[in-house]
Parts: sequence; structure tokens; C-alpha cells
Amino acid sequence: MKRAGLFYAQLAFTILVCAFMVVPVVLSILAGVTANFFQGIGSGLTLRWVVQVWGLYADTIRLSVIIALACLAATLIAGVPTAYVLAKRPGRVARLIEELLVLPIAIPGLAIALGLITTYGAFEGFRKSWLFILAGHVVFTLPFMVRAVLAVLLAIDFRTLEEGAASLGAGFWQRFLGVVLPNCRPGILAGSLMVVTLSLGEFNLTWMLHTPLTKTLPVGLADSYASMRLEVASAYTLVFFVILVPLLVLLQRFGQPARRAERAAPVAATVPERAPA
Amino acid sequence: MAAPRRHPRSEAPLLAALTLPALAAVVAFFVLPMIRLVMLGAAGPEGLGAYAAALTTPRYVESLAATILLSAGVTLVTLAIAAASGLFLERNRFRGRQVLIAILTLPLAFPGVVIGFMVIMLAGRQGLIGSISAALTGQKIVFAYSAAGLFMGYVYFSIPRVILTIMAAAEKLDRALEEAARSLGASNWQVVRDVVLPALRPALIASGAICFATAMGAFGTAFTLATNIDVLAMTIYTEFTLQANFAMAAALSIVLGAITWVALTVARSLTGATVAAAG
Repeated sequence: MKRAGLFYAQLAFTILVCAFMVVPVVLSILAGVTANFFQGIGSGLTLRWVVQVWGLYADTIRLSVIIALACLAATLIAGVPTAYVLAKRPGRVARLIEELLVLPIAIPGLAIALGLITTYGAFEGFRKSWLFILAGHVVFTLPFMVRAVLAVLLAIDFRTLEEGAASLGAGFWQRFLGVVLPNCRPGILAGSLMVVTLSLGEFNLTWMLHTPLTKTLPVGLADSYASMRLEVASAYTLVFFVILVPLLVLLQRFGQPARRAERAAPVAATVPERAPA
Repeated sequence: MAAPRRHPRSEAPLLAALTLPALAAVVAFFVLPMIRLVMLGAAGPEGLGAYAAALTTPRYVESLAATILLSAGVTLVTLAIAAASGLFLERNRFRGRQVLIAILTLPLAFPGVVIGFMVIMLAGRQGLIGSISAALTGQKIVFAYSAAGLFMGYVYFSIPRVILTIMAAAEKLDRALEEAARSLGASNWQVVRDVVLPALRPALIASGAICFATAMGAFGTAFTLATNIDVLAMTIYTEFTLQANFAMAAALSIVLGAITWVALTVARSLTGATVAAAG
């Protein structure tokens, strides 16, 4: 096929946009392993900064992983059954519940954090523990789990599957655990990836909710950007990318199961409404 | 809608119970805190006047106006970039296309703080743009810590999610309409203006509103860049932590939350049910 000049103009523009997205990432990775970034790569490659970051900030990484996994557990327990109920009994009440669950995405994290602090700040044990951060992460990520599972449930004919199982004598829990859950798997996977990714990177809420003893990875990043030399900040960012990018790649691959199902049956797709900023 | 089905009555309480963990979490950690915040906003020395003050005191009005202006500008620029690249990538098949799509959508979940650092890598004191300009002209261009830097950061984090929405919408366009317009003698530009863009309108409005709301509420990027323009999120943060003016911080948060919520709701009602389901 002959390519018109317009094609190359558009290609050049798109490559320029890609450069805008990827060049700073590459630069920060390079800076994280360069002995002296100001002098350039010529000053030699080193893992010194990464080692230093590990010494300074390993605690924040550990806490972030713990919170992300706890958040995943909480959103699975709370979100998956709720999505099932919303799909099973559509109607005004279901619509209202869904609106309520999704509302935290529409409110800036800073506002939610101020609400949490002014409501629970007096409960010192809670305020000072990482559970306080977890509470914020759960309300912020729960909608993504519910939406992902709900989208898959609406795209498959789970009612017929359930009726089939019921006619064979399966009770409620047998149907829920043995028929509904296995069929939701793509949605559960997409929702889980989203929840873990968002929790690991959450800053807007976490910056307000953290204490000196409950610093998460993004809080540590902000800290290093403000007070450390560029190489250390870059090495820390590099460590963050090593954790986050595999999740993002998996998310690109498995993040929209409903869209794939939609090609067979036309049901609305889910595009994540907001990611943290 | 599905045909009426028999609902075994005994299942209703069980189904209600299944939603309890989610409802409890949202009520305890979102609804109650937001109610508390609304009340706190009205509990200061000015009472309900705190909300009026949030909308009339010059310092807050300036911050609000600057944030709205910045967010609107970011939205327009992002829509233009994402529409151009998104349409191109959806319509052409060539080697390396998947790589370009992956690059454009990968930063989808980069936190704001990290994006602030990306801006520093590009336009900061040791940034790429500064070194290039210094080598070429002897003049070191540094704009990471100004409004331009913040603008660049917001466009950076908006591109991935807008481009995803536009590509999904472009995939569903009816190519026959374009062929018809072309056979009637329409130029490339006319086809884009009169056929493609109107068809993409719902996606543009929806993703534009999401982009606007996200930029309004964004905090991490401005925090990292310690920008010299006071976006609303930074003003709220300063009121709360440095001035200890809790009532005003609460009132401003409620105003900000109301704006982002209205933007998303209006977009949803304008774009109809399919986008409502898509969110």
C-alpha cells in the first residue's frame, strides 16, 4: 500500500508524543545508575544509589506492598460479592448503591483524606497505624474492583449458568462459589491488577494520612525528590518502576476483559474513570 | 432488560448481606468523613460564611480561577494530541504500532509525584531541555517549577487515559459514512471536521471531563514541583497544614469536590447511557 505524505506527518507527530512520554522515564532510569548525572554517563555506571535507596527506604517499600495486598484482600471480600448482587438484581436500589460506591473516584483524594483525618484523627491508635492509610485506599480502589467484575458479569449470561446449576440442585453458595466466581475470573484479575497498581502508587490521600512511622513508597519518593540528590531520587524512582511497570504491562494485557467479551455481545466497555494524579 | 424471573424470596436477605462489607466501608470511610467535612466547613468563625468566603476572598478566587484555567487548557491540548494520535493509531496498521500504543498508554497509573519528577527530568535544573538549549544557544531553559511545568505534567498524565477512550470510540466508527463523504468530494479535512469529530463527540466529552476533573483535583505533581502558582489543591494543603485553618480547608475541599463531581456528572448525562456504563 502506498503511504501518503499525511501518513508520515501523523506518524512523526505520534512518535514525538511517544518521545515525550518515554524520554523522561529513560532519563530517570539512567540517572539512577549513573555515578554523576551532571557530568553525564561518562562518569560511569553504578548501583551505589540503588543500594543507598534500599538502605534508606526499604521500609517504605515493604509497607506499600503490605498495604497493597491488604487492600486487595479487602476489595475482593467487599467488591466481588457486591458486583454479583448488583448484576443479579438490577434496579433503582442497585443503581444507587453503585453510584455511592463510585462516588469516591469523583472526589479528590485530598478532600477524602481531610474528611478521614477530621473524623478519626482523635482515635490515636487508628490514626497512627497503617490501617488508617488502608481505609483510604480501600474506598478509593473499591469502585475499580466492583466495576471490573460487574462488566464481566453483564457481558456473560451468568443467569442461565446459575439456573442450570440450580436445576441440578446446587444451593446458593454452591452456585456462587462454583459457577459465578469461576466465570468472573477475568474481571477479578483485571480488578485486582488495578487495585494493586493504584494502591502502590497512591499519593493524594496517603500524603495526608501518613505519619513518620507509616511512610509508603510514594511518600518516600516525594521525600527524596525534595531532599535527596538527583541520582538518589532517580534510583528510588527506578526501584518504583521495577515494581510498577510489570503490573502496568499485565494491566495492558488483562485490564479490559469486558471489551474482549463485548466483541461477541455488545455490552458497555469499562475504561478506568480515573487513575490517581 | 431481562424477562421477569422468579426470585426465591429466601435469597433476598442473603444478597443484601453480601453487599454489607462494601457499604460499611464506604459509609465509615467516605460518607461519614464527607459529612463531617461539610459540617466542619460551616463550623469556623464565619459559619456557613466560610463557603461564601471560599468563593469571594481574592486569594481563594484567584487560586480557583487559576486551577480552572489550567485544567481547561490541559484538557483542550490533551484532547487535540490524543485525538490526532489516537485516530492515526486506530486507522493504520504498520510495524511498531503496538509499541507506540504501549508507550502512550503505559504511564496510565504513574502517580502524580512521579510525573512531577518526569517534568524535572525534562525541564528542571539538570533537565534535558535545559542542556539542549544551553548547548545550542548558551541559554539554559528551565521551566519545570513554573505554570508551564505544571501544564506539561498534567498533559503527561492525561494523555494515556484520553487516548484509550478515543481509540475505543474510533474503533466503532462507521467507515462507510466517510467513504460516502469522500465520494461526494469532501476533502480529508472536511471529512474529519464534519464526519469523524461529530461521531467522536461523546468520547471527546467524556474523556475531556475526566481529564478536567483529574487535573482539578491533582495534588502530587504540584507538590513535587513546589510550583509558584497556587493550584487549589496546594491552597487547601497550605490552609490545613501551615495555617491550621481547618474550616477553610474543609470548605475549599467541598467546593473542589463539587466541581469535579459536577464535571463528571454533566459529561455522563450529555453522553448518554453507553458512556455512563463506561464511566
